[in-house]
Amino acid sequence: MKFEVTSSPHIRSKKNTQHIMLDVILALLPALLVGVVRFGVQALVLTLVSIAAAVAAEWICGMVIYHRNTVKDLSAVVTGLLLAMTLPSTVPYWVAAIGSAFAIILVKGFGGGLGKNVFNPALAARALLMLIWPVYLVRFPKVGTTGNAVDMVAGATPLHHMQMPALPEESLMDMFLGNIGGCIGEVCSLALLAGGVYLIWKGIISVRIPAAYLGTIAVLTLVFSKGDNAFAWMMYSVLGGGVMLAAFFMATDYTTSPVTPKGQVIYGIGCGVLTVVFRYFGLFPEGVTYAILLMNACVWVIDTYTAPRRFGTKKGETA
Amino acid sequence: MKRLFFGGVHPADKKELSANVELQMKKEPKQVTIPMSQHIGAPCEPLVAVGDTVKKGQKIGDGKGLCVPVHASVSGKVVAIEKRRHVNGQDVLSVVIENDYKDTEDTSMTAYEDYSKLSDDKIIDIIREAGIVGMGGATFATNVKAASSMEKVKVLIANACECEPYITSDDMLLRMYPERVLEGMRIICQVLNPERVVLAIEENKKAAIEVLKKELANDKKIELVVLPTRYPQGAEKQLVQAVTGFEIKGGELPRSVGAAVFNVATFAYTYGAVCFGRPVTRRIVTVTGEAVNNPGNYWLRIGTPFEEAVAQAGGLKDNAWKVIAGGPMMGVAQEDLSACTIKGTNCILCLSEEQNGEAKEENPCIRCGACVKACPMNLQPLYLHAYGKKADTKELKRLNVMDCIECGCCSYTCPAKLRLVETIREGKVRVKEEM
Repeated sequence: MKFEVTSSPHIRSKKNTQHIMLDVILALLPALLVGVVRFGVQALVLTLVSIAAAVAAEWICGMVIYHRNTVKDLSAVVTGLLLAMTLPSTVPYWVAAIGSAFAIILVKGFGGGLGKNVFNPALAARALLMLIWPVYLVRFPKVGTTGNAVDMVAGATPLHHMQMPALPEESLMDMFLGNIGGCIGEVCSLALLAGGVYLIWKGIISVRIPAAYLGTIAVLTLVFSKGDNAFAWMMYSVLGGGVMLAAFFMATDYTTSPVTPKGQVIYGIGCGVLTVVFRYFGLFPEGVTYAILLMNACVWVIDTYTAPRRFGTKKGETA
Repeated sequence: MKRLFFGGVHPADKKELSANVELQMKKEPKQVTIPMSQHIGAPCEPLVAVGDTVKKGQKIGDGKGLCVPVHASVSGKVVAIEKRRHVNGQDVLSVVIENDYKDTEDTSMTAYEDYSKLSDDKIIDIIREAGIVGMGGATFATNVKAASSMEKVKVLIANACECEPYITSDDMLLRMYPERVLEGMRIICQVLNPERVVLAIEENKKAAIEVLKKELANDKKIELVVLPTRYPQGAEKQLVQAVTGFEIKGGELPRSVGAAVFNVATFAYTYGAVCFGRPVTRRIVTVTGEAVNNPGNYWLRIGTPFEEAVAQAGGLKDNAWKVIAGGPMMGVAQEDLSACTIKGTNCILCLSEEQNGEAKEENPCIRCGACVKACPMNLQPLYLHAYGKKADTKELKRLNVMDCIECGCCSYTCPAKLRLVETIREGKVRVKEEM
């Protein structure tokens, strides 16, 4: 009788890549649900188109670049879903589809495939769409409408008020529950927080990046507050725009964030500082996308310089 | 859960398969095959010839340098001296003895019931003559470890962690013969004279802990330390870290931080050698796994063919997929059942394919960092793997590849099912070649 001979270990944990992606998808569902309730079926269709385009692009990449079917790892579903979450529900379907294809083929596929790309595919795609078709990305349906042409307004989100700078009309509770204008997956902080807590509880992400990121934004907007009510300004800054989505789902993307514990904290702080800088001094009211993309580029350096202390040596000791 | 060392993983321990079955001693083997190399270091030279009659416990091989003798585990006739399959997968010179089932004992070793009058050197000599090695599987010469630790050791640690899943042989030993282990510890204490004596055990071995508590009720010297169940708690560096708080630098030994670690079975054999003049001729082996019919612990003669060991445990099931000498995390997979048990064989593990999970196919690393979190040596397995694949020894050295203890936590936890340890092991070989 002959037995299988491979090197140890001979048992493996049950967790695999697909399970992780599935957990991320599950964690995004509450925010998506709020988005669909809030902005109508159109939001759902847009999301499905974005996902379908991402999966199709992944399949093509599998055929042409990787020479194996990589669709089943579900990473393309996550990318398509994440991109849709950052878009207003009124974006034309074809724009989302182009964004997804760009994310999967150029950013991820040409970047070396799963685990090798430097930039977060969904955010890189969003940055591209912002560059080519900004008009679609800065117009949001009026609160309480599903976004017919008549109801479309530019600058209907709390962030636009804050660029004045002025505190938004919406209450903090509305911000938290998602009764505001904005992108499909970004409006409801409660749902995003629930998803984030789920991922931390399941051990998919560590608390370090979200805590460092949110903490940095909170401190900076509290210290460099605009207006009289520093606390309110801070709260609106944290709950408004894409910060919550980014904290738990974008900045925590494995491939484009550091693996070392110290590195993750530094990365989170960096993302937070840049987000506030871009929001305060940038052309657009939002700066999350560019902040994270810029920090993506620093990951290799951060990982190199924050390698864990060698076992048996003291802090700072070399050898 | 309190963590006393970095990282680690917590696989299902599966100890219940074998832990609650009575220790068994059934059929003796027809033949034993005793490899001349059952320890780290130089192999023995055979001291017998084909056709010789040998007694049980008779020294049949010895050598110079880092070498401990081997003994006949049954009485009978030497029928062959040739290369036979070793558990490490190589063919190693072995003495094959036909069992005459008489168990005629060799009495050349003296029994010293009162060891308190023995000199340190004498005790170390007895340990060597009895062929005692690290019985937890490391198989390093116990006499060498003891001699080199003299006057350098403040903490003596008896390792009863048995952190590998499935294995219960040390657990069984402690429940059945606690006094042998404790007396062995007292003997080694006499030699090393440590300030602190610790018996460290993982908390999942409740019955053994109860037994030890009772045995140690009147002992002021030996301290029972119950550690959380977490693999690799029993790895030397991690155990010393958990017990003393000191970290042993890569390439150094426990004595560099004033510690010495011996497996509990090693102490039991020391007791047998010193007080009864018994060399190592048998050991408790856990024959277990989902693919064997009657998992349990068995007293097996050294040199028992795996074939017979497995037969004693009711034989293999049809779903047998892997047979491993040792535990599932660090054991050596066997091609077939032709190898024989050696001193360090604490477990024969028979796995069915279900235990492999979905590890057939390797997927790309997604940089999830699970391996970094799991590494008890504070390494970054994902980078070691990446540079190992590129054979970049410069980067491997910068990332302290030689510190890797090959515990397997990174491969175990990797969601992409990458064979991280395998690549890292190859990387270590490359770096060693360059040195």
